[in-house]
Amino acid sequence: MTHTPFPFLTVLVLVPAIGSVLVAIVPRHAVAAWFHEALGVAVSVVTLCIAGTIAFKFKAGFGGFQLASDHVWAKDLGIHWSLGIDGISLFLVLLTAVLFPLTMLGARARRDPRSFVGWLLLLESACMGSFVSLDLVLFFLFFELTLVPAYFLIGGWGYARRGYAAIKFFVYTFAGSAFLLVGILAVAFIHQSQTGVLTFELPALMHTHFSGTEGVLLFLAFTAAFAVKAPIFPFHTWSPDAYAEAPTAGSILLVAVMAKLGTYGIVRFDLNLFPQASRTLAPLLLTLAVIGIVYGALVACAQRDLKRLLAYSSLAQIGFIALGTFALNSQGLSGGVLQMVNHGLVIATMFILVGWIYERRQTWQVSSLKGLQSPAPVLAGIFTVAMMASIGVPGLNGFVGEFLILTGTFVAHRWWAVAATGGVIVAAVYLLWAYQQVFHGAPTTEDTKTRDLGWNERLIVAPLIILIVALGVFPKPVLDRITPSVNQLVVHVDRVTNTKVPAGLEPRPVAAAQQHPGASSAIAPARPPADLGPAAAVTTGGTP
Amino acid sequence: MLQLTYLIILLPLAGFAIQLLWGRRLSDPVAGGVATFFIGASFLVSVGVYLDLLKVQSPVRTFTQDLWTWIPVDRLQVHASLFVDPLSMTMVLFITGISMLIHLYSIGYMKGDKDYSKFFLYMNLFVASMLILVLGSNMLVTFVGWEGVGACSYWLVSFWFTRDSAASAGKKAFVYNRIGDAGFLVAIFLTYDKVHSLEYSTIFANIDKIGPANITAICLLLLVGVVGKSAQIPLFPWLADAMEGPTPVSALIHAATMVTAGVYLLCRVNPLLHASPDAALVVAIVGAATAFVAATIACAQSDIKKVLAYSTVSQLGYMFLAIGCGAYEAAIFLMVAHAFFKGLLFLGAGSVIHGLHDEQDLKRMGNLRHYMPITFITFGIGWLAIAAVPPLSGFWAKGDVLENTWAAHPALWGVGIVTAALTAYYMSRLTGLAFFGKDRWSAEVAIDAEADLPGAHHAGGAIPEPHESGRIMTVPLWILAFFAAVAGVMAISSSRFSLAGWIDPVFGTNLYNDHLGSSAIWTLSTVDAVVAIVFVFIGLRLWMTRAERPALEAAFLKGAWYINELYDAVFGRPSERLAAFCAEVVDPKVIDGAVNGIASVVRGSGSVVRRTQTGYVRNYVLGIVVGTVFVLGFMLTRLWWS
Repeated sequence: MTHTPFPFLTVLVLVPAIGSVLVAIVPRHAVAAWFHEALGVAVSVVTLCIAGTIAFKFKAGFGGFQLASDHVWAKDLGIHWSLGIDGISLFLVLLTAVLFPLTMLGARARRDPRSFVGWLLLLESACMGSFVSLDLVLFFLFFELTLVPAYFLIGGWGYARRGYAAIKFFVYTFAGSAFLLVGILAVAFIHQSQTGVLTFELPALMHTHFSGTEGVLLFLAFTAAFAVKAPIFPFHTWSPDAYAEAPTAGSILLVAVMAKLGTYGIVRFDLNLFPQASRTLAPLLLTLAVIGIVYGALVACAQRDLKRLLAYSSLAQIGFIALGTFALNSQGLSGGVLQMVNHGLVIATMFILVGWIYERRQTWQVSSLKGLQSPAPVLAGIFTVAMMASIGVPGLNGFVGEFLILTGTFVAHRWWAVAATGGVIVAAVYLLWAYQQVFHGAPTTEDTKTRDLGWNERLIVAPLIILIVALGVFPKPVLDRITPSVNQLVVHVDRVTNTKVPAGLEPRPVAAAQQHPGASSAIAPARPPADLGPAAAVTTGGTP
Repeated sequence: MLQLTYLIILLPLAGFAIQLLWGRRLSDPVAGGVATFFIGASFLVSVGVYLDLLKVQSPVRTFTQDLWTWIPVDRLQVHASLFVDPLSMTMVLFITGISMLIHLYSIGYMKGDKDYSKFFLYMNLFVASMLILVLGSNMLVTFVGWEGVGACSYWLVSFWFTRDSAASAGKKAFVYNRIGDAGFLVAIFLTYDKVHSLEYSTIFANIDKIGPANITAICLLLLVGVVGKSAQIPLFPWLADAMEGPTPVSALIHAATMVTAGVYLLCRVNPLLHASPDAALVVAIVGAATAFVAATIACAQSDIKKVLAYSTVSQLGYMFLAIGCGAYEAAIFLMVAHAFFKGLLFLGAGSVIHGLHDEQDLKRMGNLRHYMPITFITFGIGWLAIAAVPPLSGFWAKGDVLENTWAAHPALWGVGIVTAALTAYYMSRLTGLAFFGKDRWSAEVAIDAEADLPGAHHAGGAIPEPHESGRIMTVPLWILAFFAAVAGVMAISSSRFSLAGWIDPVFGTNLYNDHLGSSAIWTLSTVDAVVAIVFVFIGLRLWMTRAERPALEAAFLKGAWYINELYDAVFGRPSERLAAFCAEVVDPKVIDGAVNGIASVVRGSGSVVRRTQTGYVRNYVLGIVVGTVFVLGFMLTRLWWS
């Protein structure tokens, strides 16, 4: 495993949190009006640089956790400050790091920027923490912590029905989390009863043996929280309200980053902890995913509000991610992880653009907009690129993820893939319909006065568009880092469930943990011997 | 030169990039000139590659160029790689050549349009996509081009987007294509599932591993993609609507190149099709049926571009008929000849529309031969070529298809020859209405706005005197007319231009051999020629004198067999209702209702402990913040001490 003298991940989590505190303690009247926003952007850019360094330090072709740091926190409770990053979390961290500064620049607060920026930075810290936590309690804390800023962002800066939307969002996701907390405790206690060691660290817990019923129940408890967060059909009804009523920044981060906490949680925790239950219940989850794809697209067809339309389109896209995940093979899972990033980029672009349309026209109603392509060709062009990526036109990023997901699913569960492919058609219907209503046709006088994107706005979306194209044309650097981690996970699931993989289809051997020099010697003695999987995480601070 | 194959695609892409970055700063003809230059350069490189390929001395001349690893996940390794063989080279040559001419023509045709450079931006991207489609060495790269041309077609059909009809037509084209593409995608998945590779060469080498049932399934799924892209039954209605696009678009995309992608794809996978006679028969039947149905519709249309659109659908049907019979070479021959004469006819129609100030209604034309002599002569060559009058190219190409059909499926030959008669008839009707008879454009006509054609920018009244188009538009007409006339030499097996000698090795033993004796061929050819000439005569005779013959324009045919209405009733409106039902009932009432129901039950039963619960979410939130901070602080202090 990689030893690193500098605790990059801890810094990654703490920098935005410290930034948040800074924003909070500098009084509003003491500094210039732009100070807090500038500070927020600066902190998030620093975070981006840290994330970039992490990506640079990250070794490709290697499946285990890297840059790990592990410190005992509460010894009696077995809670560790245990962080690590692998190919599955790396790009979600990068996505988060890229989207926060762009959101702060592109979707500014309409009032009270100080609190707004403060909450945003706290949210960034919590998201980063969730993606790199290897300790279940630590993960839970960060996972829950995201709710707080999100709640205040929706409730404080949202639109007409913000109060209702915020409460619904909060209560619904909080209810899901209750199951997660119970599940985490149960997993740890079962592990303790088997080994005598109380720990919440994933690398240790993933070797716990659960009976069939235990596994299924615990899987369901974990999945309850993640399915609400993602959201997966039928746990989605909070999302159209929350996405539509939230301020633009809230919508972007809710759907592009926070939704990924749910899908990431499924990949990271459900599959590692409960491989047997994941396989047993895969048909159920695949079915929900396919229903989500088709149903989300269908309901999106009937929406007349751009934000709600995007909310339902997200339901369909998240369905694809879930589909790939429960294909439980290399292609499906890699595609799912890649699609988390792809969807984040594409939907963020769309929400930013829709936010800018609102700034100009004070409406999201499709019927109040017409022919915007004439006065605002650049806005229309950028929306077109994002739309085509969302539809899955090859050459843009959405296709690569969708193709991998569908291929993986087809190999494992043919008919689910075929049904999901049908959903691809409907995606074209609602997006092209919306585009036609808003951008095509003869503009009215009010429409002709709509301002096109300025240079600052073009610069904000430029990185997103570049990434959308680059990931579509040359996704290899990303896939080369995702696949080894995914393969470890697939091997873990296959081994635990005793699945015989047909010859020629088994994942290729990866540079697994134990092949790496110095890996086995560095394993903490309390843990079971590391063979495959994230167990190979290594401490930097040394175990006390 | 073979090593430069990638330039064939890169040059149009470079043109696209230049238009994207600086297009709006380029003045009117410059943008078009730049775009045409890059296509021309691509054509020259293609010729160079072609000449080099000729030097390869082996039974099958091929060259593969691996550019980069595109999607590597475990055992799925998809490369961005190009494959050059006589089949793809034939496609590349005629795509770049015809594109160059149509780009040149567009410099004149699009003059003064407010989105002049954007037009060429899309056109260059289209050409690049089309070249990716034909040069891909695996199914997924082909699919990239396949979707790319679909997207460009969407942009170009709805190019005049302020018109609702154009915007809707673009959307319709894209959605119909998407339906087909779903079939293509599933075919890709199934292929990967069976051979763990998407490279054509690997697939064909492992054809025994796939199994007969799966081969038939793959072929039929590909056919779903093909009927979408090439506008065959049942997915053909979008092509007539696609005529909303500027006429050069109709010529390039909806006649010469994109719609022939299906023909190319089925020829590319000929080993699969050869291994599945059932699938091949389905292809032949779909082709024959489409050829006939579309030809009947073309007989009753009065929009000049719609006649040509249905004619394209019909001609494509012939190509699939040939493929279904295993006569791949005949299909390619007709495709190339068709690209010449149909491209010519569309450009000629564009010249007419231009000359008549955007009038597309045949009933308001007439006697144009005196006003637009160059257009008339060149269009006339195209007309006789598509009608298969000897010795023009159409006669040879269609004859080739019909001979093979006669030998393989005589019943389908019957459909083919009837369609040939209809083709000669409706094209003569078109020519008679437009170029012969009395001029009807000078008459004052009260046109109610709703019945007016979407293409006509004027509300009614007399049209000013037509004028011949400028040289930049007539030069491409002459060049295409030349090829439409003489492309028949490709049929002469001893000539240097023999298509069979060049392309047959690609198909090898998969190519159907019709074993017809020379007397049979002579008889069939004579029948073709007689049918063509007789029906050209009938069509011209009927329609050069009168513009209104209601008996020959049945409402059923005018309404395109009411297919649109049928699809609307069976698929369109029910799915709209389903979507509305899900959005208005299922989501808010059933699913969200259940959620709220559970919430209220919890609230009811929780009334006992309500004392401690304030019910304000912000208090809970505060609780979480305080709790989290406390736990984190506790841990941090522990960390400090340890």
